[in-house]
Amino acid sequence: MTLYQIAFLVAAFLTLIAALMTVSSPSMVHSALWLILTLGGIAVLFLLLNAGFLAVVQVAVYIDAIAIMIIIVVMLTQGAVRQQLRQVSRTWWGAAVAAILLFVSLLVIFVQSPQLASTAPTLVPSQETILKDLGQSLVDVNRYILPFEIASVLLLAALIGSIIVAWPIRRPGQEEGER
Amino acid sequence: MQIETLIWLIPIPPIIAFFVIIFGVNRSNRLSHILAVGAMLVSWAFSMLVFWRAVTTEELGQHPFHVSLNWLPTGNTALKMGVMIDPLSALTLFFVAWTCLMIFIYSIGYNNFGKPRDAEDRPGLPPAKGGIEPMYARFFAFISLFAFGMLTLVIADNLLLLFIGWEIMGLCSYLLIGFWYGKPSARDAMIKAFMTTRVGDVFMLLGLAYLYSVTGTLSFREILYNEQMLSLLASAPSVIPALSTAGLIGLLIFIGTVGKSAQFPLHVWLPDAMEGPTPVSAMIHAATMVSAGVYLVIRFFPLITAGWVEGQHLTPTMVVISMIGGFTALFAATIAVAQNDIKRVLAYSTISQLGYMVAAVGIGAYVAAAFHLVTHAFFKALLFLGSGSVIHGMEHGVHETHEHVDGQDMLNMGGLRRKMPITFWTFLIGGFALSGFPLFTAGFWSKDEILGHAFLNRHFDIFLLLALAALLTAFYTMRQITLTFLGEPRTKAADHAHESVRTMTLPLVVLSIFAIGAGWAGIAEEFPGIGGIIPNWFHEFVGGTLIEHPVTLAFNPVPLLVSIAVSLGGLTLGWLVYRRVQVGASDPLRKPLGGLYTLLENKYYIDEIYDRFIVRPAYWLAETFTYRWIDRGLIDGFLHLVGRTSLRVGAALRSYFDVPVVNGAGDLVGEGVKKIGRTFRVVQTGRVQEYLIVGILFAGIILSYLLVFAR
Amino acid sequence: MIPLSWYIIFAGLLFCVGLYGALARRNALAILIAIEIMLNAVNINLVAFWRYITPEKVSGQAFALIVFAVAASEAAVGLALIISLYRKRRTVAVEEIDMLKW
Repeated sequence: MTLYQIAFLVAAFLTLIAALMTVSSPSMVHSALWLILTLGGIAVLFLLLNAGFLAVVQVAVYIDAIAIMIIIVVMLTQGAVRQQLRQVSRTWWGAAVAAILLFVSLLVIFVQSPQLASTAPTLVPSQETILKDLGQSLVDVNRYILPFEIASVLLLAALIGSIIVAWPIRRPGQEEGER
Repeated sequence: MQIETLIWLIPIPPIIAFFVIIFGVNRSNRLSHILAVGAMLVSWAFSMLVFWRAVTTEELGQHPFHVSLNWLPTGNTALKMGVMIDPLSALTLFFVAWTCLMIFIYSIGYNNFGKPRDAEDRPGLPPAKGGIEPMYARFFAFISLFAFGMLTLVIADNLLLLFIGWEIMGLCSYLLIGFWYGKPSARDAMIKAFMTTRVGDVFMLLGLAYLYSVTGTLSFREILYNEQMLSLLASAPSVIPALSTAGLIGLLIFIGTVGKSAQFPLHVWLPDAMEGPTPVSAMIHAATMVSAGVYLVIRFFPLITAGWVEGQHLTPTMVVISMIGGFTALFAATIAVAQNDIKRVLAYSTISQLGYMVAAVGIGAYVAAAFHLVTHAFFKALLFLGSGSVIHGMEHGVHETHEHVDGQDMLNMGGLRRKMPITFWTFLIGGFALSGFPLFTAGFWSKDEILGHAFLNRHFDIFLLLALAALLTAFYTMRQITLTFLGEPRTKAADHAHESVRTMTLPLVVLSIFAIGAGWAGIAEEFPGIGGIIPNWFHEFVGGTLIEHPVTLAFNPVPLLVSIAVSLGGLTLGWLVYRRVQVGASDPLRKPLGGLYTLLENKYYIDEIYDRFIVRPAYWLAETFTYRWIDRGLIDGFLHLVGRTSLRVGAALRSYFDVPVVNGAGDLVGEGVKKIGRTFRVVQTGRVQEYLIVGILFAGIILSYLLVFAR
Repeated sequence: MIPLSWYIIFAGLLFCVGLYGALARRNALAILIAIEIMLNAVNINLVAFWRYITPEKVSGQAFALIVFAVAASEAAVGLALIISLYRKRRTVAVEEIDMLKW
């Protein structure tokens, strides 16, 4: 067992535990915090996969932006009164069965593919080269400029859309915001 | 014009009168009787013309006036219809035309033409107080139709046309007996008449059919004037072993006569037929319709006597006929003795006299039977019309004195010779003719001939029956005359009676002339003294109808003396017994005869016997058996059963098949779809998570299937 | 050293955990969180494949980058929707948002 393997196992294990806690935590805030841990574990795994840039992006986007946003919205929608809702729906067993079933199927597919047992080949270009290539590929006319532009349009749409959707409803005699 | 054309024109005017009155002029009484009498006058004129030509033609019997057409095609041959005048029908035409014309004229006065309509008179009831008959036009229409029927019968040359005329007269008899339909007794009488004669007609039709089937023709000429045909029919055996074909057919046709001419046992309708107006009684039930029965049997004399030679034993048919005739003559005469209604006496007298004629045919006295037929028609019509005059006079008396007596009961009359002289003298002449008063009345000559024939051919049983009947006839006739006209009026009504109008008395006078003189045409040439002065035209003429002229009989004083004795003796006896009947007294014969008188008065209870044993069972058969049991019970019951069963089957089909299966199937589809839908829509919870769970589950299942089993 | 299958199995497990969370939680936010987990699992997958199959190209990383962008925008819009929904219905329990039901 090499170091890499141990590192991987620890990180993977941690991430999975965190994910499990996320989806099974009764409190929303706890769930959000476990999410942050999960996202962090993912970032570690990115590092293990020699995708350092993506690890940083992961942290910056997911943890700093999305997770924080989620926490804010959790605060917004919990209200002053703590609603002790049951956190799992009545059909959680169906979901469990579905998830397990899916996993088993994927496993069966995986097992039959020989390539999956391969070890990592050596990284021929260096990390900086890859990064530079990545940046260039995103704006290269012949390569991935289209997805890049579309992604930016998508982001714009999402931006505008979310503002509009979440605009407070103006009703006569009602104070701005909820409650 | 041609004599043949004239012949078939004879019945036409009355039938035209009938239709015109019915459809046109029935509102005007004057026009109706003018039309009816006028038509009858035309027919009478034609009849006289034809008769004159007939008597002046030599050998009419061998060459009668005859014309016939193919009427009903039957394969290669055809049934012919036509008219024929031979001596017998010429003679019948003579007396029919005269009597009908006299009666038509009489009817004008009898129905009180000229008198105002009484406000209380209703159609259907006789006028109570001497007002004009409310159904005046209808009367004349009916008697016109009747005249058409009779004349058709007389001129017919075949049995079918004769039968047609026969039935028309039967219808008219029915209509006219029940002319005053408001009287229940009249209604009963009309049905009785029709039913009783119908019984006779059925057998006659049977005979007709039998005759046609055996010979292939119904023409008189071809059957009755045909030696070969007659001998063939006489020798051929019929279905009844004792009779030849001719005998059986003759017997069946005779049964028609039994019905129509009121012989025993079908005589019961004639006395009840007196419910009709008196002209009807005179015409139909004395002079013409009942004579038609005798005419028929005289016409068929050759068939009845086929196989018989004069002087030998009578054929079985002839025995039957003569026995029935003789018995009826005596039987009816006994009943007439105990009747008090003036018309009833005459009715039974008619039955008795018809019995005479039938007996004459039965013993083979062809000419005598025809002779008596003619003379009887005249004097019987005279007697009936006279009785009608008497009844009118009595009714006038009843109306004036407001006395409620029966105007037709002779015990309430008396002394009318002074009040109604013309009626008295003509009635006397008629009565003497009926009794056979010697020498001066027609009835004497014809009766004497029958009695002579019976005696000389050694049919002593018939002779005795007829002689006794003659005695009783004279007795009850004198009884009738004495009670009605002689002595003193026994009631106030009789005291106030007066003579009838001219239209009624004139026909009486004319008929009395015939009643006296008609006999002189048939005086036998062997008669002592006066015989030979006038040739026996009658015998010559009528005898020519047969193929062989009937022989004239030798003279024998015995029947002559017997005839004179019974006639004068009966008349005297009647006068003696009845001349002193007082007011309110009952019949002088009642006490001496006792129970016999009651029996005679009630007509031997034959009506009651028929009612008990024939009429009531018939009613029971119709009412209970056929109507209730078979028709309503069986047939309707069956139909109801079918109906009910169909309904039940339908209901069962509906409830056990239609509703559960057919409806059920339809409903099942609909309801099933709904149920399936309801069952399945639970899936639509609206929660996306659950949709996704299901989707992924199924995706997973399919994937695993593919991976595991489809490799 | 680390076989690819480990990464794949791990990503698969993570994905299934996220799937369970998305299908079994009542709170809409919890569902969103679970979706984020699923997207992250996908990302791991992509990068693992890049590293082990075609490390010389950058398509794997580019793909993963696009996935990041999409995830972010989708999270933003989803949160906005949840806020709007909360304003209207006063609830964030997805059980009660069932107007698609029969």
